[in-house]
Amino acid sequence: MNLMSALPLDVVSGVILFWLALGLLGLALQRSPELICRFLFPAGAAISLLLAATGLWALGDGADIAVLPLGLPDLPLHLRLDALSAYFLILLGGASFGISLYAAGYFKTMQGQSLALLCLEYHLFLASMALVLIADDAYLFMVAWETMALSSYFLVVTDHAIPDIRRAGFLYLLIAHVGAMAILLNFGVMQAGHGISAYTFDAMRGVHLSALWSSIAFLLALFGFGAKAGMLPMHVWLPEAHPAAPSPVSALMSGVMLKMAIYGILRVTFDLLGTQLWWWGVLLLGLGLLTALFGVMFAAVQGDMKRLLAYSSIENIGLMLTGIGLTMIFHVYGKNTLAALSLTATLYHSINHAFFKSLLFIGTGSILHATGVRNMGQLGGLIRYMPWVSVLMLVGVLAISGLPPLNGFVSEWLLLQAFLLSPGLPNSYVNMLVPVAAGGVALAAALSAYVMVKFYGVIFLGQRRDTELHDAHDAGLWERAGMVWLALGCVVLGLMPVFVVGQIDAVSLSLLGVRLGNATADWMFLAPVDTHRASYGPLYFLLAVSGVMLLTVLLVRRLYHGRTRRGPAWDCGFPAQTARMQDTAEGFGQPIRRIFEPFFKIENEVPTPFDSSPHYQGVSEDKLWYLLYLPLKSITEKLSGWAGLLQHGRIHLYLSYTFVTLIVLLIFV
Amino acid sequence: MQIPLILQFVNLLASILLLVVFAMLAQRRILSLINLFAWQGGILALSTFVVAYSTRQHHLYYSAGLTLVLKVLLLPWLLHRLIRKLQIRQEVETLINIPTTMLVGIGLVIFSFNLAAPIAELAQGITRGLIGIALASVLLSLLMMMTRRKAITQVVAFLSLENSLFFAATSATQGMPLVVEFGIALDVLVATFIFGIFFFQIRETFDSLDISHMEKLKDD
Amino acid sequence: MKNTGLILAIVFQLTQLLLVVLAAPLLTGWVNQCKAWLQNRSGAGVLQPYRALNKLFHKDAVIADNASWLFRITPYIVFGCMWLAAAIIPIIAVDLPFSRAADVIALVGVFALARMFIALAAMDVGTSFGSMGARREMLVSFLAEPALLMVLFTASLISQSTQLTHIVETFAHHQFILYPSLAFANIAFVMVLLAENARIPVDNPSTHLELTMIHEAMILEYSARHLALIEWASSLKLFAYIGIGIALFLPQGIIEAGNWAGLPVAIALLFGKLVLLGAGLALLEAMTAKVRIFRVPEFLGTAFLLAVLGLLIHFLLGT
Repeated sequence: MNLMSALPLDVVSGVILFWLALGLLGLALQRSPELICRFLFPAGAAISLLLAATGLWALGDGADIAVLPLGLPDLPLHLRLDALSAYFLILLGGASFGISLYAAGYFKTMQGQSLALLCLEYHLFLASMALVLIADDAYLFMVAWETMALSSYFLVVTDHAIPDIRRAGFLYLLIAHVGAMAILLNFGVMQAGHGISAYTFDAMRGVHLSALWSSIAFLLALFGFGAKAGMLPMHVWLPEAHPAAPSPVSALMSGVMLKMAIYGILRVTFDLLGTQLWWWGVLLLGLGLLTALFGVMFAAVQGDMKRLLAYSSIENIGLMLTGIGLTMIFHVYGKNTLAALSLTATLYHSINHAFFKSLLFIGTGSILHATGVRNMGQLGGLIRYMPWVSVLMLVGVLAISGLPPLNGFVSEWLLLQAFLLSPGLPNSYVNMLVPVAAGGVALAAALSAYVMVKFYGVIFLGQRRDTELHDAHDAGLWERAGMVWLALGCVVLGLMPVFVVGQIDAVSLSLLGVRLGNATADWMFLAPVDTHRASYGPLYFLLAVSGVMLLTVLLVRRLYHGRTRRGPAWDCGFPAQTARMQDTAEGFGQPIRRIFEPFFKIENEVPTPFDSSPHYQGVSEDKLWYLLYLPLKSITEKLSGWAGLLQHGRIHLYLSYTFVTLIVLLIFV
Repeated sequence: MQIPLILQFVNLLASILLLVVFAMLAQRRILSLINLFAWQGGILALSTFVVAYSTRQHHLYYSAGLTLVLKVLLLPWLLHRLIRKLQIRQEVETLINIPTTMLVGIGLVIFSFNLAAPIAELAQGITRGLIGIALASVLLSLLMMMTRRKAITQVVAFLSLENSLFFAATSATQGMPLVVEFGIALDVLVATFIFGIFFFQIRETFDSLDISHMEKLKDD
Repeated sequence: MKNTGLILAIVFQLTQLLLVVLAAPLLTGWVNQCKAWLQNRSGAGVLQPYRALNKLFHKDAVIADNASWLFRITPYIVFGCMWLAAAIIPIIAVDLPFSRAADVIALVGVFALARMFIALAAMDVGTSFGSMGARREMLVSFLAEPALLMVLFTASLISQSTQLTHIVETFAHHQFILYPSLAFANIAFVMVLLAENARIPVDNPSTHLELTMIHEAMILEYSARHLALIEWASSLKLFAYIGIGIALFLPQGIIEAGNWAGLPVAIALLFGKLVLLGAGLALLEAMTAKVRIFRVPEFLGTAFLLAVLGLLIHFLLGT
């Protein structure tokens, strides 16, 4: 078999095997950490790029199917690569290329054994995510899903010496498993009692469930995948686990792994479940909006930079869920072109988020390496010490704030267009919900700009708040390379929406049976439905803005002298100003805390005027934790306390339990 | 779908009516609240006039005139006088903050439109949105009554409720018989007087118009 | 044939580009003059902004010691964004070539881009004023921006398009229809305009009092040509907002690009509208009082909800 005749699926399987091999090789090379960083991570990165290219190649083709001679009796492993998988493979490959490059530089300082373990877990994590995407039966899917959860758990607790990190890891593992259980049950419902061979996805596609059972399956899937995605109210692990993990791992988890949950929801609802009901869409829309607003609101009050980004991930997941909900509503009411539009927006946002969130997370890694500080209140002025990181992060910040001409804006634009085209749905309640939801999306988007000004402004701008920041150094070569790739991705995805939408069309075609044909009519202007309705030309826009700006610069330079003097900043008549008087992260978030006060559990510690060493502390906590999780925890403890009554540790007691059970069973049988 | 200009105009007035009710909901000052109430009466009079013109029902002209005299001139004047006598200048105190109230209000609008949709299908003549708007205004006025603390704002809310009902009557069923309207108008006038007397009583008893003081009347 | 049309359109575009940038300070001057009259002052004359700009351009720029490159490029970015925004809004003629670059959502994006940069630049020097201004500006904008979007959505739903060109064509050139939803949108828009352009009751453009200023707090560190560009950009922003107002609510008399015969009338009409609206703005400002900063979210929340309500009304009344 020569290379040309290889199928995309073979290449993907090859990539997975290669990643596994890299991981094992890392274990073997634990004596020489130098080699792991210098060769293994870059090799993994190169293979990521190959994966992305394969995805792009497979996107237009039909589904590839393979059955492996492995697996359970009666249920061999099924693989399948269709447009949806291919799209998410592009996302995985594209984002992980940058992250792996970065990791090559980031982990340089780690010790041999832990680095080797990390290398294994890291590549296992990547391989399991790719396997999730090409799995075509419930068994393989669950195996890959659990491998993904476990490997990421071990990655999260890399610094397991710190109790907080162990706690975060435990919370993550717990919620991941509750979610996985729900997914398993969902598969059980969907195969509808047809025996083990019906656990393939193909068989599930053929099963027709009643409205009740398919609703149950949908709710289980929503719960299970939602737990992984960080959907309200299963979001609590996210702001704990992301800050605990090393930055490249946070980037992978937030940028890529959360998208696996989005993939799961799409796979189950649009592919496996044949029918959909309108209220599913409304439920998803509502939950998505709540998640988005909740996430961004909490992001605004965080002081830890990685927690802030974690909450911002919750927001973005919320936006994607909103998009899926809208897609579902349109799909149920037979408006498939509109469904394709909002699906396109969702998928577009997924890949955008993969790029800019990974960029921001690894950027925080560089800051952490340079300063050792995670609390934004101690940073400041880094733009002068870390020029590369600050410029690249600025790209990420502008992109995530949804500003033209970068990529975040395109997906937001598409989503808003989908909302705008919604009138005329037959259900009047749904019809009226839609404009209100559009308002919510706009609000979340605008708030995220607030969050990002805070994030960038407090970290990079102003004066340094701590004197130790002196020796903050810029990121190394590998780290820079990774960040440049991701920033480039943000720019390219922003400037070439027509191309991207053309690729996503393949997914829409396979899931919904329609495509946004008109969008690709003109290479420069994105016009999802009709040029008269709406069009957006980012390249043209960029040209116009930069043209006007250039003109301004030239005119100002030509007409006036360019004399500039440097002087001290104006002190407003109060010469004793120090860097500590700048807004801290808490200060910047204070208005949000005040406006949305009912949503937070706030504890303020305010100094009195007579304190000799005044100290201010404001903590804003998640009310849901107290209203939902702690009661759940106490119920669980009570239940397990009852179960504990049965246990006495005496062996004859256990034997008598067995005996009684046997008798009871014999009576019934 | 082109509806005649005159109906568009009624539709516009109806929306402005809803807008005024929302403005009243968002208003913090008692004086502006009363002015808004006067505006509401004015719009009501205008819409009644337009309906009268378009349906050629002469008695509606009278009720338009009556609305103008009573609700734009007399009642606001009475309320202004009352405020001057009682010397209340401070801001309206709300139980729930204003954006939340407005959010609830938007929910009420959606609810009432859905409620009105089947009725509106039956109604002929004027477009179907009007009943929904009238119903929404009624509910919003009730909301305003619930969320305000001072007795005088509650009276304004009550009057706005009456306005909304009146609007529902004129727009949906092209008006009630003149006698009924006359009666209602008289009732409202009398009610306002009685409220006025009550205010003095309440203030003499409690030294304030804050109705939360009324809780003291309960037996312990 | 098509080519000459295109060239004509480009000529029109350049005309508008030039017109807005030259006329924007005049509008600001006119509003200030009206305000002065309303306050029983004689005022500095409508040409005062030009004199101020000229003076600023001739001064030496003083930049804080620790200001970074971000601080220096921001005035150009802000000015460019605002200039472009003002130039693509159809206030004289529709179908301008630049207007294809950005529909109404992208227009909001342009404003957001400029705002982001100016807020970041305010934090760059690291004085307590700068970051306070940035925080307040973002506070105002996170409510004003969705409100503006909702207003624009109402118009887009009516005209079935998010292209301003098509919105204007629907409103100006088709049969006259009264849109109740636009009444809501109109009020919300005025509130957003006041907030976004640092006007009373949200901000006071002529104050330097610490407790009240928002926009001024952000630009305290700027001087000379940088300050001139920012001031000019503020004028352009006001012009752009009033331009959006004209396009949405007063589109009568806007011509097609390339219609030379109609141009003088269109420009005259535009000036008439600007004079009227500028005076109206001044009147509105003179009649209201500045609100406390924590009343601002309430003010803007009301604007946002009114805009959403307008959108709802559109759905409900089905017109």
